[in-house]
Amino acid sequence: MTRYIAQRLLILPLLMVIYSFVIFLIIQAPPGDFLTAYVATLASSGSSISADQIAALRHQYGLDQPFLVQYFLWMQNLLHGDFGLSLEYQRPNADLISEQLGLTLALALFSFVLTWAIAVPAGIYSATHPRSLIDHVLTVINYVGVATPNFMLALILMWLAFAYFDINVSGLFSPEFVDAPWSFARVGDLLFHIWLPGLVLGIAGTARLSRIMRANLLDELNKPYVVTARAKGMREWRLVLRYPVRLAFNPLVSTIGWYLPALFSGSLIVATVMNLPNIGPLLLRALINQDMYLAGGILLIYSFLTIVGTLLSDVLLALLDPRIRVES
Amino acid sequence: MSGTSSAAEDRVAIASNWRLVWWRFRRHRLAMISAGLLIFMYMIVLAPDFFSVQDPERTDARQAFIPVQMIHFFDDGSLSPWVPTITGKRHPVTLRMEWVADPARKVGVRFFARGYSYRVLGVFETNVHLIAPADPTQRIFLLGSDRLGRDQWSRIMHGTQTSMTVGLVAVALSVILGVVLGGLSGYVGGKTDQVIQRIIELLQSVPTIPIWLALSAALPRDWTPIQVFFAITVILSLVGWTTLGREVRGRFLALREEDFVLAARLAGCSRMRIILRHMVPTFASHIIATSSLAIPVMIINETSLSFLGLGIRPPAISWGVLLQEAQNIQTLALAPWLLTPGLVVIVAVLAFNLVGDGLRDAADPYSN
Repeated sequence: MTRYIAQRLLILPLLMVIYSFVIFLIIQAPPGDFLTAYVATLASSGSSISADQIAALRHQYGLDQPFLVQYFLWMQNLLHGDFGLSLEYQRPNADLISEQLGLTLALALFSFVLTWAIAVPAGIYSATHPRSLIDHVLTVINYVGVATPNFMLALILMWLAFAYFDINVSGLFSPEFVDAPWSFARVGDLLFHIWLPGLVLGIAGTARLSRIMRANLLDELNKPYVVTARAKGMREWRLVLRYPVRLAFNPLVSTIGWYLPALFSGSLIVATVMNLPNIGPLLLRALINQDMYLAGGILLIYSFLTIVGTLLSDVLLALLDPRIRVES
Repeated sequence: MSGTSSAAEDRVAIASNWRLVWWRFRRHRLAMISAGLLIFMYMIVLAPDFFSVQDPERTDARQAFIPVQMIHFFDDGSLSPWVPTITGKRHPVTLRMEWVADPARKVGVRFFARGYSYRVLGVFETNVHLIAPADPTQRIFLLGSDRLGRDQWSRIMHGTQTSMTVGLVAVALSVILGVVLGGLSGYVGGKTDQVIQRIIELLQSVPTIPIWLALSAALPRDWTPIQVFFAITVILSLVGWTTLGREVRGRFLALREEDFVLAARLAGCSRMRIILRHMVPTFASHIIATSSLAIPVMIINETSLSFLGLGIRPPAISWGVLLQEAQNIQTLALAPWLLTPGLVVIVAVLAFNLVGDGLRDAADPYSN
């Protein structure tokens, strides 16, 4: 087991190197560089900069170097924890990202917990009461939930709240708490606001997970061991929870591998629509304004979260199911 | 055994695989309805102008945010469709335009009537439309108008063309990549297999949405809408092919040892011929089912990218581009009909999912 985890951990830096190279290729791809965009910003604000100064800056940032040299410079700085300076905000990228990273993770994890807390009981109920009214309702919600892009759901909910209840549900904090320092009141305010984006983000996953749970449990419920236990007089709910549910759980755990990363990157769209403090909207702005090192930094963090999410689920699965332990 | 039942059994016994799949699919009522709906939507894709009421680019600042004009089919008990005239008045305090429907003044609506002229598939020119006002100088807004006074209904028809095509082309590209690379991986094995498998793993662990956004942002700003369209399709299919590639590889690994493949090889068939002519047909129905489930995912992805402003760009029209207009909650409260493209997305995706589920069940010979 330890060997398996160690192997996976060893591949992690290698993957990050490959990703960082691809990411650098992508952020380099748009025509022009950091400085052409900077000069344009200066020009639009009325000030100007001489050609000599531009050349000096270009040299200072290493932008006159060949691609590979630039990449190594970037990597060198990254390894020293230096994410570069944001052109738009004129602040270190590391600060900008770390301000929002905590809440990004909190939202994804909250949504994840919410998904499981709803999906598993719903799946169990559907499987133990097949073709009941609630089962049919859950089926319809499943189909519609999967078919609705989550930004659409966010838009509809925000519109309904605004048009009929006159409340603004965007953001993660009430106005008075946005810039306030952390306190119990602020955490309470966050807990009050986070459930709607969490639900929007998790609805498709909830629908899918409850279907998987239902299908797996239905298969298990027909097996002889269930009949035996029932014949011996075991209480129904205890029987179901004790044996078939545990078996039906495994395939669900194996979906964490893609679901957790999907939550991280999926929160990008919901966060943009609902105006949440999240690295997603920050990335979007950076991409549109060609703030390339900020975009690169955020993309690296997304990649890291994705790899770690996959790793976590693989390890969890190996712990839960001895058959999966790979000995190679 | 009676004569009729044995005739029916004979029919099943000699039916081709495709016929069996079709028989099983036909029993799926929801899937059949959805398939009909999709066929209709692809008719819109072929000739969006025929289904449009107005030129989708026609703007008029004085006709911004006109609400939905409901079609009434009967006039005094006789079949004569009409919509009420809508007149605008400025609110004295907020200075906002307020539109009031006036059912007393009716605008006649005709089917297969003449309107603006357009070309069908770039071949012949016509001006016949499915729905058009009886008086061509009148403008009617069946789904309201947007901030520039453009007709939402007609724009949805044109958006349907773009969005449904993106889904189809992206999936077609994914299928080609998936079958060729997955097939190669499973059939050749060895080093090739190793390399392709690692590439698939790498692509599958990419944070898709951020990377897609970055790639779309890297597209040159001066590209024409057609170039952007194809670039977006390629970007979307870049990750899409991996799932299919894996499945195809699995099938190939299993099939490689079958006798009929050995027979084909001994008969001197080339590698490509064995793959395409002997192996692929055995799981073609499965590929079709999988790809019909991949199309809705592509549609949602395209819509999301365009909604964020990094996919299909105006002046091209897609469902996502239309939904960009609905980004602002204040605007939405004023003009909720701007959300209608979203409903179309949901209906299309639902229909694709239902057809895909039906096909998957029908393609599986053990599904009974």
